[in-house]
Formats: sequence, C-alpha cells, structure tokens
Amino acid sequence: MKRNVASQLLASILVNAVYAMKNMPVMLINTLLTPFSFLIVITFISRGSLLGVAIEGALIMTMVSNGLGLQGDLSHLKNDMKLQEMVVGSPTSATIYLTGMAISELIYALPALILLAILAVLFLSLTPFGIISIVGAMVMIFIVSVALGFFFSTLTADVIQSFAFGGMLSTILSALPPVYYLITYIPMPFRYLAYISPTTYAAEIAQNAAGFINISTTNLVLDWSILAVFAVVFLFIAIKKSRWVDI
Amino acid sequence: MPEIICKNLSKRYDKDRLALDKINLSLKLNGVFSLIGRNGAGKTTLVRILSTTLLPSAGSAYIDGMNVMSEAGKIRERIAVVPQEARPIGWMTPKEMISSYLMWRGFSYRESIKRSEEALDLLGITKFANRLSQRLSGGTKRKVLVATAIASDADIIFLDEPTTGLDPISRGELWDLLLKLKKTRFIFLTTHYLEEAEILADRIGILENGKLLSVGNLHELRNKMGYPYSIKILGSVKEIKINKGRIVKGRDGHTQIFTTEKEARRLGSILIKRKTRFSINPVSLEDIFYYFTKEEVGEES
Repeated sequence: MKRNVASQLLASILVNAVYAMKNMPVMLINTLLTPFSFLIVITFISRGSLLGVAIEGALIMTMVSNGLGLQGDLSHLKNDMKLQEMVVGSPTSATIYLTGMAISELIYALPALILLAILAVLFLSLTPFGIISIVGAMVMIFIVSVALGFFFSTLTADVIQSFAFGGMLSTILSALPPVYYLITYIPMPFRYLAYISPTTYAAEIAQNAAGFINISTTNLVLDWSILAVFAVVFLFIAIKKSRWVDI
Repeated sequence: MPEIICKNLSKRYDKDRLALDKINLSLKLNGVFSLIGRNGAGKTTLVRILSTTLLPSAGSAYIDGMNVMSEAGKIRERIAVVPQEARPIGWMTPKEMISSYLMWRGFSYRESIKRSEEALDLLGITKFANRLSQRLSGGTKRKVLVATAIASDADIIFLDEPTTGLDPISRGELWDLLLKLKKTRFIFLTTHYLEEAEILADRIGILENGKLLSVGNLHELRNKMGYPYSIKILGSVKEIKINKGRIVKGRDGHTQIFTTEKEARRLGSILIKRKTRFSINPVSLEDIFYYFTKEEVGEES
C-alpha cells in the first residue's frame, strides 16, 4: 500500500490541535490567558505607553509557550496514553510524527495569534519589511521553543514533571526577559543577563522592526545568528538524545 | 509459511533485572498465539521487541524473514500493536481516535473515516462513535483500542492483555471478534487469563521469569506434561493404588489424580465399583500452567 505522508502529518495536527480545540474549547482559554494577561497588565501599568511593545511581546510569548508545549504534549501522549508506542509500531516515521506535532502546536496557537494580529494592525504602524521581520522573529523563536520542548521531553518520563518544566520554562523565557518591555528598562549590568534568553533576541528584532528601539545592522545580524544557533544546537541535542525506539 | 523466529532473544533492563532470558521460538503466522505468564514474567517485553518498539539486549528476532532491529521499517508496514496500558485520548471520540491512527498509517482522511466506522460497527460500539473517550466505560475504551488494530491493514496484530479490566460479557464479545479475526490475520496475544488462552489460542507459550518454559497447542502441552488426564474425586476417598500418575490435593480441596489415558480408564472402573463420585477430564490449561511454572497444585498424597 502507498502511504500518504500528508495524511500522516495531518493525523498529528488533528489529534493534538484540531480535535482538542473542537471537542474541548475550554483548552483555548489556556492559549489566550497568559499572553493576554501580561499584555493587559503591562498596558495598564504603563498607562498605555507600552501597548505596542506588549502586543509584540504577547505575539512572541504565544509562540514560545506553544513551542514549549510540545514537551508536555509529547510526554503526555507517550507516557500516559502509550500512544507513541502505537505510532512507533506503525509505518509513521519519527520525523513525520514530530513535525506534525510541532505544526499542531502552531495551529493550537492560531486563535491567540489571530487576535494579536488584529491588535497589531490596529495599534502598530509597520512597514512591509517590519512585518516580515516580526513574522520571521516569531517563526525563529517558535523553532527554538520547539527544539527546547523536544529537548526537555527527552529528559522527562513523567507528565507532571514535564508540565512543571513547561510552566517554568515559559516564565523564564517569556515573562522575565524584556519581551513585554524594552531592554533599556533593565539597569546595567543586569541587562547582560537578559541576553542568556533567546527570547530577548527575538523581542529585540520585533521591537526594532516596529521602531520602539533602534539597533545597528551588525547587532540585528547578530540577533538573527544567535537565534539560529539556539535553534540548531537544541534541535541537534534533542535529536541526538531522543529515542524513537526504547533501549 | 511466514514465521516469527526468536533466537536466544534476551533483554536486560539493568544489572539485576533480566526480563527475557534466551528465548527461542518459532511460530507460524496464522491463527492466535497466546503468551501466558504471571505479572512481570516478560510478556510485554517480548511483545515490545517483536513489535519493534524496544531493542533487545542480545539475540535476534525475525518476522517473516525480516530482522526486528535492522528491518523495523518494513515490519511496521505489516504490524499493528495495542500496548497493555494504552488508553484512547480523552478529548477525542472513538471515531476520531481510530481514524487518526489509520491516518498515521498512511490512509487518506476519507478512507480512515470509512474504515473506522466499519471497525466500530464490527465491535458493536457504533453508538459511542461520537462520544468523548473520557466518558466511555473501561470496556469500551479497550474495544476502541482493539478497533484501531482491526481497522488497519496490518496482517500481524499484537494485543498486550487486551481484555484486562473487561467485564465477562465484554470479554466474551471481544473473544468472539478475535475468533473471527484470526481466520484472516495472525494475532499475538498476551494474557494472564488462562481461560482466554484456552478458548482463543491455537498455540500457547508459557513464560516465567523471562524464560519460555513450553510452547505448543493444548494437546501438545498436555503431552509434554506427561499426564494428559485429570481425575477429580468428589468427597472422601479410601486408599487407592495408582500404577502411573500423581495424586494431589486440588485447590478446591478435592483429591486430584493426573495420569495417563489407560490408567484413567482403569482407575475410573475402580471408582465406579466403589460408587465414588468422580469426574475424568483432560488436564486444563490451569493445571498445565502450574505444572510448568513449578507451582505446586497441592501436596502429593
């Protein structure tokens, strides 16, 4: 029988995103809650002056928390449901399964992304190049988050542990770093600490694209390069460490 | 005839835990093979290795000539596996669960839906097709998982303790289905319900502490035991001399004699003359299981 690869990819998307959203709409609140609560708090505290930055921050946080969500979902389906074992013993390859699962996280983020995109159109004045830069930074930080999620899913054998990891990482990567506010708000020398997080680079690219900060072309290239290195390194480690077949 | 072959197949999880110990096995790929054994005997480990989800520590295994390690991809085209602790995903309906699994196997969306509806109908659970799995009973959940394998194109199906937790009626329904299914596909079934193996299996393997103690059909296992007949004496029994056999006190407190057919006939005549109530039966799988696993049925008298 000729196997339909598109179907195999679609299966992961249906299972992990479409059916979850269709049958349990309450799950959608979870995807909206965190990015929007930060957006509202930052906007109120800044008396509206950081609304634009916060919208960009919420876009980045949505990508990060959903990318990292891969970790909890993979762990849940593998350890709780034993679903991964059924898939391993089938004609689906690890690459197709994981790619489908990663795309499903993006689909799951769509409602939040659509709402935030509407807010961005209303409250940000962007050039076409700015839009491309922001979308590019979002895609890149999503890849980094997926790689991190995949990496941490190989470390956790228990779903409770994995959800705890997810929450912790999401806070460390998207709430603490200057994602919802400008990096210039962090006093020196603590500003350097922010550069440990990959989200700082994505936020810097997005904030520069919207004109909230002005960074040199060299720094911009550096930001993109560091994001790419984060993505490649964590994907490499995850692929090296992960096991499709148990030993 | 295609076969499953294991050659000195071993699995060691850590220094102190040898899950499988040099398993040698040759099975024709037809009907039902049932692997029986206590919890922790190594049944799941053997299923996982043969279904290409776990690597062995030593030895080799082949399915229809394909090595489970080096040719896992080819084997996965032919097999479907339902793990022991698998559960349908709570936020999905049975129809969505089965069709998604079929899509992972490479069927188109339309074909997957069609096949899932047929499988649900075959298992008599169509009325639950669109109900969330989290609201299904334990028995229906197990049936949904079995349906995933049935709906697939796999001709080799691994079912790891599929009836655990099912009520007797649901178990019986599943048995009926597997009896139909085994006409066209090979089913590798693990269970610790001996009755289940007795009803479904064409061949039975007895696994204990990672060692495969014996393999054969019920008749062959009886012969391997040496005493194919059991005489159960109801009530008190005066001294009886047996030429060949073993007298034990059964689990129900009655005296039980394992013996040969000829001796069973002779003893039967004596017991009739004595007007003693008794029954003569071929030894059951339970007797065989305890015999091979060295569990004493009772004390010799």
